[in-house]
Amino acid sequence: MYLSSLTLSHFRSHRLVRLSVDARPVAIFGPNGAGKTNLIEAVSLFSPGRGLRRAAAAEMARRPESLGWKVTGILHGTTTHEIAFSSEGGAARQVEVDGKVASQVGLGRIARVVWLIPAMDRLWIEGAEGRRRFLDRAVLSLYPDHAQAVLDYEKAMRERNRLLKEQVRDPHWYAALEAQMARSGAAIHANRLAAVDRLTEAQREAETAFPVAELDLTQTEGEMPGSEAGLREALAESRFRDIAAGRTLVGPHRADLHGVFAAKGVPAAECSTGEQKALLISLILANARALAQDESQPPLVLLDEVAAHLDANRRAALYDEICALGAQAWMTGTERSLFDGLGGRAQALEVTEEAGESRVSTVALNP
Amino acid sequence: MARLPGLGPRSARRAVLHLMAKRGMLLMPLAEAMAEVARTARDCLNCGNIGTADICPICADEARANGLLCVVEDVADLWAMERSGVFKGRYHVLGGTLSALDGVGPDDLRIPQLARRIEAEAISEIILALGATIDGQTTAHYIADQLEGRVALSSLAQGVPVGGELDYLDDGTITAALNARKRM
Ligand SMILES: Nc1ncnc2c1ncn2[C@@H]1O[C@H](COP(=O)(O)OP(=O)(O)O)[C@@H](O)[C@H]1O
Ligand SMILES: [Mg+2]
Ligand SMILES: [Zn+2]
Repeated sequence: MYLSSLTLSHFRSHRLVRLSVDARPVAIFGPNGAGKTNLIEAVSLFSPGRGLRRAAAAEMARRPESLGWKVTGILHGTTTHEIAFSSEGGAARQVEVDGKVASQVGLGRIARVVWLIPAMDRLWIEGAEGRRRFLDRAVLSLYPDHAQAVLDYEKAMRERNRLLKEQVRDPHWYAALEAQMARSGAAIHANRLAAVDRLTEAQREAETAFPVAELDLTQTEGEMPGSEAGLREALAESRFRDIAAGRTLVGPHRADLHGVFAAKGVPAAECSTGEQKALLISLILANARALAQDESQPPLVLLDEVAAHLDANRRAALYDEICALGAQAWMTGTERSLFDGLGGRAQALEVTEEAGESRVSTVALNP
Repeated sequence: MARLPGLGPRSARRAVLHLMAKRGMLLMPLAEAMAEVARTARDCLNCGNIGTADICPICADEARANGLLCVVEDVADLWAMERSGVFKGRYHVLGGTLSALDGVGPDDLRIPQLARRIEAEAISEIILALGATIDGQTTAHYIADQLEGRVALSSLAQGVPVGGELDYLDDGTITAALNARKRM
């Protein structure tokens, strides 16, 4: 899957950028603050959710005008679609596919995007929330219906949490919400287990320079019931405890992802900074490979500042693996020379900044 | 006029200008009709439908006492069911769906009245025609939980789009969903 054109209008530091690209990887270089991450953030919008910075639509509007913004692209997958995202006057983002308003869930069935950003560097050592989000992004790419299950679960849980906070005692009301939570929650759990298996398998099968991350889906506390009926029962049993806590204490929203550097048997959290990053790259590549196999096409891959942590050998290996995958990988770095190993296998964009406005120009990479 | 749902400032202006131009033909009769409705409109004490009497024509019609009771969220849904013409029983309009976040609890909906109607009207089956949203399904579940064992319960078959309201469905879809209703 690849974009053949991308237009940014009043999106963050970009006033108006029109790009024509082909299916090859896109190397983006330029100094700090030039607008490279802003550019790939625009690409991340093609995946359901709030994009790679998880920013509100209003934040993306170019300052100081703050009028609104629009991102349009032509996406080629099994089918070709013109997809447009826009927000006006700080309103929520609107998605249009081929001129028709579309839902986020609908978008997820068309576009697959996976990414790695510097904010994930501390993923293995920080809270479970970041790891859960990382896993869910992989799950979503493999099983688009995951989006609906997550929306349903969160909506029902917010309702239940309100009952807990207001100390409502009506057992029928709880039971009704818990039935919804159990149905969507069991689906979420099953999707995550399947995705962990799929990522594990894709790492094992691949010839790769990156270390295998052994994954295990765990809970931050207690157990995750394995079935819908089990979850429903656990929620009912947890009501008293939950009223005291003012929130729901059991369910897939408390899941965690445990990673181990397989070759050494060391938990990811205890690995060196470079090893931790390598494990994440391994997982992103595995995710892309799994999609290339299941959907017969790799996803869009966004790698922000990925070259920075890798020595020249690892960098060359990464480029080789991405090219072998055939993925349109949008990669950023501060120097043109970081992409030296790619040569003609990629296209390049140079991003500069002048008086608060980003400029993007198509350039050549070193041979 | 511009405060009416579905009317923006521009369409409201056009409607007002049209009424002003046709004062005798349109504005006066409309004003009189609206005054009449404002004086007489009320919710049916039995089912929540809107009418001009304490008991609406559907509840007053003995021919519709066939033991079937269809539970809907609002009057727009009732009208959508009536438009399709397939349902021959009576209705119960809840007046919304359960939502703690929106501050709507069971007592804000006509749920207690529903239970009372089972004996009073010899209801044999209650059909829950609620939206496929989380709030709609939670409400359906809540009602089913309360009435279980007292009456047969069913829900409209799938085909009702997620988050869809009956009012947006065409007659054929409503007919199909009713005929293929599922026992709960
Ligand atoms: N909404 C916005 N309007 C205008 N400029 C913005 C907006 N959001 C971020 N920026 C600017 O974009 C620049 C950062 O761009 P970024 O893409 O993160 O740089 P880099 O090239 O280092 O990745 C900063 O100078 C920031 O002030
Ligand atoms: Mg950056
Ligand atoms: Zn009535």
